Amino acid sequence: MAIGVKVLKRPDREVSYVRATLKGMALTFRHMFEPKVTMQYPEQKSTAEWSISPRWRGTHRMLTDEQGRSKCVACGLCPQICPANCIKLVPGEDEAGNRYPLIYEIDEFRCVFCGYCQEVCPEEAIHVGVHFENAEYSRSRFVYDLERLSSQTHPVSTLWDPADPRGE
Amino acid sequence: MTPEMKGFLLLSILKMLLVFTFVLVGVALLTLMERKVSAWMQNRRGPNRVGFAGLLQPAADGLKNILKEETFPAQASALLFMLAPAIAFIPALMLSSVIPFAAPFPAEFDFTMGPLGRFVNHGVVPMVVADVPIGFLFVIAISSIGVYGIALAGWSSNSKYSLLGGLRAGAQMISYEVAMGLSLIPVLLLSGNVSFAHIVAEQQKSLWYVLPLTLSFFVFLVSGFAETNRLPFDLPEAESELIAGYHTEYSAMKFSMFFIAEYANMCTVSMMASTLFFGGWDIPFTAWDQTPGVAQTVATSMVFFAKVMGFLFLFMWIRWTLPRFRYDQLMALGWKVLMPLALGYIMVVGLAIYVIETVLGVSSLRAEGGLLFLVNLPLMFGVFRLLDRGAIIGGSRARVAAARVSRAA
Repeated sequence: MAIGVKVLKRPDREVSYVRATLKGMALTFRHMFEPKVTMQYPEQKSTAEWSISPRWRGTHRMLTDEQGRSKCVACGLCPQICPANCIKLVPGEDEAGNRYPLIYEIDEFRCVFCGYCQEVCPEEAIHVGVHFENAEYSRSRFVYDLERLSSQTHPVSTLWDPADPRGE
Repeated sequence: MTPEMKGFLLLSILKMLLVFTFVLVGVALLTLMERKVSAWMQNRRGPNRVGFAGLLQPAADGLKNILKEETFPAQASALLFMLAPAIAFIPALMLSSVIPFAAPFPAEFDFTMGPLGRFVNHGVVPMVVADVPIGFLFVIAISSIGVYGIALAGWSSNSKYSLLGGLRAGAQMISYEVAMGLSLIPVLLLSGNVSFAHIVAEQQKSLWYVLPLTLSFFVFLVSGFAETNRLPFDLPEAESELIAGYHTEYSAMKFSMFFIAEYANMCTVSMMASTLFFGGWDIPFTAWDQTPGVAQTVATSMVFFAKVMGFLFLFMWIRWTLPRFRYDQLMALGWKVLMPLALGYIMVVGLAIYVIETVLGVSSLRAEGGLLFLVNLPLMFGVFRLLDRGAIIGGSRARVAAARVSRAA
């Protein structure tokens, strides 16, 4: 017994092991009949209580215009701002003088999903997506090229807006 | 070989197949039940992917365990490391062979089967694999062997966690073996026989022994939990402090063996509790089940199954409710509470039986049971009052006393 420890005489009902045990057993038994909280994941991806946030920053998506061409004008801002240096952009130019990306690749393994590319893009072309199912069978499949980025269909992220911090 | 012997052999083989298939499949399904019950108690669903409602989960787990790599610690004692799972596993399964699981079955047959010759059986067949007259002692003896498996597994792994787990298992199981054995003496006093069939028959004539021997039942149940290393007595495993205790170093099927042994032990303790204190296969409030017949055999086996399942559920219920004891609490409970309690209770029951049978001259077994139950009521009250004070587990009384001493000094 340590020196100076004050031991309080507590009433029996507070120190009783038997009563605590019975109480605990009643509690666990009651829980057996309560509604289950498990979400049946592959079939069910959101419930009334839980859905993925619209601000979620997942794998990227490149938006396209009406003719199906990517909106990217190869300005080079996104590889410039990317803190993980995961965007590879080689610009090209057609006869009319429009710039477009010859190569546009994002290494999703290097990406830190900060969303700066979406924020910086003047054409609203590159976006981070509301998406989280990214499994692949090989590492090389995680470098997304322009075609793959353009063909994604998942919703794009609504980034946090300092003017509207609560998203109202 | 006489036709009668062949008939006996045939029936025995059938019973063996029945019991062992049932126990092994049951054990596999128990692992699923454990996970389901734990899930329900935590507002989850539990495994529901493999097969209908997850019923094939044990099969998937078994397959996985067979295909997994057998790891082998470099410094382990090879022979014992291999032997230990078997030593834990075999006694656990052996025990189910002496427990009667249904009313005797009337099997009259006389037929000839090709080169095997003639098979004959007359009269009723006891529904137990081995109707040994010392069934009770057999269980006590064999169940103690299981501890060798665990202690050897802990020692031969040559790992500190395993060794600690094995030591704890050894100390715990030996301690509670004493209380368990002593708690069953009153059953023998009352039934006057060590054969399970006889004990069941006595309970049919008298009351289920849980009523006249309530305290024995509680001591048995608590020791049973400790014997099977289930929570709140799972100190040998103690995943939070010893990783997994004695089976830390085991993988694949060898690990599975320990797992199966644990569940088989649970089954055995449940069957023992049902047989010794809840009338075995007896259906309450009717004497219909005491005349041999096919319907009776089926019905009583169902009732026995229900009783065993009830106990198994209790095992799981307790496991997912109570946290683990501290080691000193475990030892204090075993040696300072359960053993003196069981010893004292033997005296009380012995005295009560003497007074009831000799002094009062009560001859009806049922009246004797009732009187014993009345004796039990104040005892139960006293014991639970004592337990309720927290004097045993928490030692708050000791702390209060120490505080008083330090204040006086």
